[in-house]
Amino acid sequence: MNVCVERLKNGIITENPTFVMMLGMCPTLAVTSSAINGLGMGLTTTVVLTLSNVFISLLRKVIPDKVRIPAYIVVVASFVTMVQLLLKAYLPFLDSALGVYIPLIVVNCIILGRAEAYAGKNPVVPSLFDGLGMGLGFTFGLTCIGICREILGAGALFNFTFIPEDFHITFFVLAPGAFLVLACLTAVQNKLQMPSATNVEDSEAMKCGYCAGCAASACVANKGIIEAERVAAKAAEAQAKKEAAAKKAQAAKEAKAKAEAEAKAKAEAEAAKAETGAPAPNAEAAKAEEKED
Amino acid sequence: MEIFVIIISSMLVSNVVLSQFLGICPFLGVSKKVDTALGMGVAVTFVITIACLITYPIYYFLLVPNGLDYLETIAFILIIAALVQFIEMVLKKFIPALHASLGVYLPLITTNCAVLGVAINNATDYGEEAFGIGYLYSTVRGFFTAVGFLIAIVILASIRERTENNDIPNSFKGTPIVLVTSSLMAIAFCGFAGLV
Repeated sequence: MNVCVERLKNGIITENPTFVMMLGMCPTLAVTSSAINGLGMGLTTTVVLTLSNVFISLLRKVIPDKVRIPAYIVVVASFVTMVQLLLKAYLPFLDSALGVYIPLIVVNCIILGRAEAYAGKNPVVPSLFDGLGMGLGFTFGLTCIGICREILGAGALFNFTFIPEDFHITFFVLAPGAFLVLACLTAVQNKLQMPSATNVEDSEAMKCGYCAGCAASACVANKGIIEAERVAAKAAEAQAKKEAAAKKAQAAKEAKAKAEAEAKAKAEAEAAKAETGAPAPNAEAAKAEEKED
Repeated sequence: MEIFVIIISSMLVSNVVLSQFLGICPFLGVSKKVDTALGMGVAVTFVITIACLITYPIYYFLLVPNGLDYLETIAFILIIAALVQFIEMVLKKFIPALHASLGVYLPLITTNCAVLGVAINNATDYGEEAFGIGYLYSTVRGFFTAVGFLIAIVILASIRERTENNDIPNSFKGTPIVLVTSSLMAIAFCGFAGLV
């Protein structure tokens, strides 16, 4: 039970995907023009994340290690399709507000990140709470940003207008406002020295599932390291092959020399027998000897 | 004329990064230097164009006639993932020079939401046109959307190179100043809204 509570707390506070890990930036910027959209997107992602975590955890011993990423993608994509159809049927206003960003949950790095970092290695119940915690943390983040942008840009909260229209700063509900709100937010985090992906030192090769913090640059570094390893492995293999070939050649040479020596010895013996003056039986004896050999 | 509208609107007016917010991760992550930004942009252009060329016929001839168009998300993400692997292998085998310059970026593009986003948008917007016209429109839109990505990431990289040694307030160093820069760029791109 403790593990579950710890997982929930970890997702919502300690490793909050929006504020601390800075994951899934595309939906964070795109759908937070109002609080209700942020909340809807967050809850949709929570559902997908929880279900995919549970299923990946159930299948963790079945999925071969080499094809795990494609397998995870298929699981996540199936759940996204289900959720999309459900939204279309029961919450059409949310479906039209979120539009293309619902299918794009598939490529949200939070989900693959959690599958890779947690659900693929841990039992079902903790994975469920891990997905739930991360999803709620994401929902919390999106709703906060949505509230900021809606109050500043449309003078409203959850579609309830309380500031007269003359004081609206429309800039904040448009695209540039999203960047600016997020910039101020990360600046505040830097100022207060709060834990965040934006104020840690870049390490050379980070773990995957840390997308925004690494934002691909670590992948480039990782790729370099992997490539170097591969080249080294290849060189080692070639070296080993060379050695093996040399050994083989040596062995072949020795065998050949042995065979030659034997043949020579036989020929000499034959010659000696021929000299004694009984060719016919001797030849037969020699043949029999050869057969025995 | 329609083609011209598609070109302008996909490249500038609804720029893939600055107004649709697709592909933010590489936009913020691989824009430290103009060279790498250019490499990433070209690789994305390459992949998006080929992905559009392949996903549209599959949607039109395979998914829709069988009533499976709700499976587009699964189908497209798998096609794109396989495609990226395939392109990498082909480049490695036949055009090693190009592979050497783009190879690093290719695996990153699989999870770039711009590729999947464009493919899904094409299927939704042009899925009901006649095949020839829909194919032409979706390919043109794919290519120029990617060019829009290239423009945005190269501009951001150039700005970052110039402001690297500027005196930035301490708390705005790193990610915040990049976000402020992209916010200003997004304002500039809002100016194109009157074009179409």
